[in-house]
Parts: sequence; structure tokens; C-alpha cells
Amino acid sequence: MVPLSYYLVLSAILFACGVTGFLIKRNIISIFMSIELMLNGVNLSFVAFAAQWHNLSGQVFVFFVMVVAAAEAAVGLAIIIAVFRTRETLNIDQVNLLKL
Amino acid sequence: MLHLVLFSVFGLICVAGAVNLLVQRHPINSALSLVVVMASLAVEYLLLGAEFVAAVQVIVYAGAIMVLFVFVIMLLNAGEEEHTTGSTVAWLLGIPGLLTGAIFVAWADLRYSGGTQVAIGALPGHPKDLAQLLFHEFLLPFEVTSILVLIAIMGAVVLAARPEAVQESKREG
Repeated sequence: MVPLSYYLVLSAILFACGVTGFLIKRNIISIFMSIELMLNGVNLSFVAFAAQWHNLSGQVFVFFVMVVAAAEAAVGLAIIIAVFRTRETLNIDQVNLLKL
Repeated sequence: MLHLVLFSVFGLICVAGAVNLLVQRHPINSALSLVVVMASLAVEYLLLGAEFVAAVQVIVYAGAIMVLFVFVIMLLNAGEEEHTTGSTVAWLLGIPGLLTGAIFVAWADLRYSGGTQVAIGALPGHPKDLAQLLFHEFLLPFEVTSILVLIAIMGAVVLAARPEAVQESKREG
């Protein structure tokens, strides 16, 4: 049997990896994937707490987080395509103006 | 015991995938290791008795969202990213700060952790119970979510459309 703290530590490691990737990555798509990794880490702690307190609301919240993540992925990737079309680059250092 | 073994194996795979995501320079390699992370997270959800969440994790995350990512990577022909060196201040302050935070969180987790455990299938994580909750208590958030998804679809179409195509359709219409 696995204690709750193990799940929380795994969730914290995933979230920390996501934050690190968000900070050190230069490619805009990789940064976006790091955000997805952070969302996954949070989802794991939601499910772990739902199991701990025998309350299903945590799993319903995971459902909502997934829907928001899907919407965010669709809009974010559309923005990435728009950025690439105007600047011809995916390097985040060269995207330093809001206006073209 | 079986729980612990499964948790350790898939937790290790999960962390290895996450670290590989950071190390890889090419976005397509990062995307594939993210698929590994999500698939092993689905197993962790199964261990916690969340059957529905595990299925949705595989279908929505590892399926739909990652297909979108891989599609965009191939569409934009993303190459290897360039290397830059970070600032010295970030190294000097960041690593001690990170270590302090990690030690504090680990201490708090170990100090205040309960020991409740769930056998596989013992938790009422049945899809029927989940639906009961979703369509009664959380009905309003559920409906609001549908509006959010609708707006996201329209936003994605508007953002990804080429400016010339929009102009042409305006002239015709």
C-alpha cells in the first residue's frame, strides 16, 4: 500500500520539472509542453487527495482541469502558428514585441 | 506490496519521462516523452481507484492533446533549439532556493502524512458515481465548461486563419 505522501512527492517532482522546463526551454512549443506537465502534476495531487478523503469531488475537478487544458492547448497552438507565420521563428528570445 | 511495486515502477518511468522532456533539444522528442509521462500517470490513477480519470487521461491527454502538439511540431517544421547560458546570479540564488523549498516540502509531506490506503476498485471511483456528482452538484460548472470549449474552438479558428483568407471571405460576403 502506498501512503499519500508518496503521491504528493511524485506530483511535486512533476510540477518542479514543468517549472524548470518553462524557465530553461527556448523553444515555444517545449515551453507549452512544460505547462502541460505542470497541469498533470496538479491532477495527480487532486486524485491522490480524492482517494485520501474518500471524496469524489477531486476527480470531478480533474475532469474540469482536463477540459481547460484541452481548450488551452487548442488556443495556444493556434497562437504559436500565428506567431510563426509573422516571425518565421519558434525561438522565444526573438519574440520580444507584441506588435509586428 | 503490489501497490508499492507498481507505484514505484510507474513513478520512476514518469519522472524519467519528465527529465527526458527537459534534456531533449528537439521538440518531437520532448513530445514523445510527454506521452510516456501521461501514460504512466494513467496507471497511477488506476492505483488510486480512479478508473474514469485514467481512461480520460489516456484518451484526452495522451490522445487528443498530444496529437495536436505533434501535428503543430510537424506543421511548423520545428528544429533543434539554440543553447544559451544562464546568468550567474540565477545559479547562485536559484539552486539554494530550490533545495530549501524542496527540503521544506518533503519535510511537511512526511511529517503530516496520513496512512490511509485504498485497494484497487475499493474507492467509489465508479463512472456512475462520478456522473451522479457531475450532473447534479457540478451541473452549472459543467455547462459553463461547454461555453468555454465553444469559445476556445472559435478562438483557435480565428487565430490560426491566414489574414489573406479572412480578407477574401469578407470581400466575397
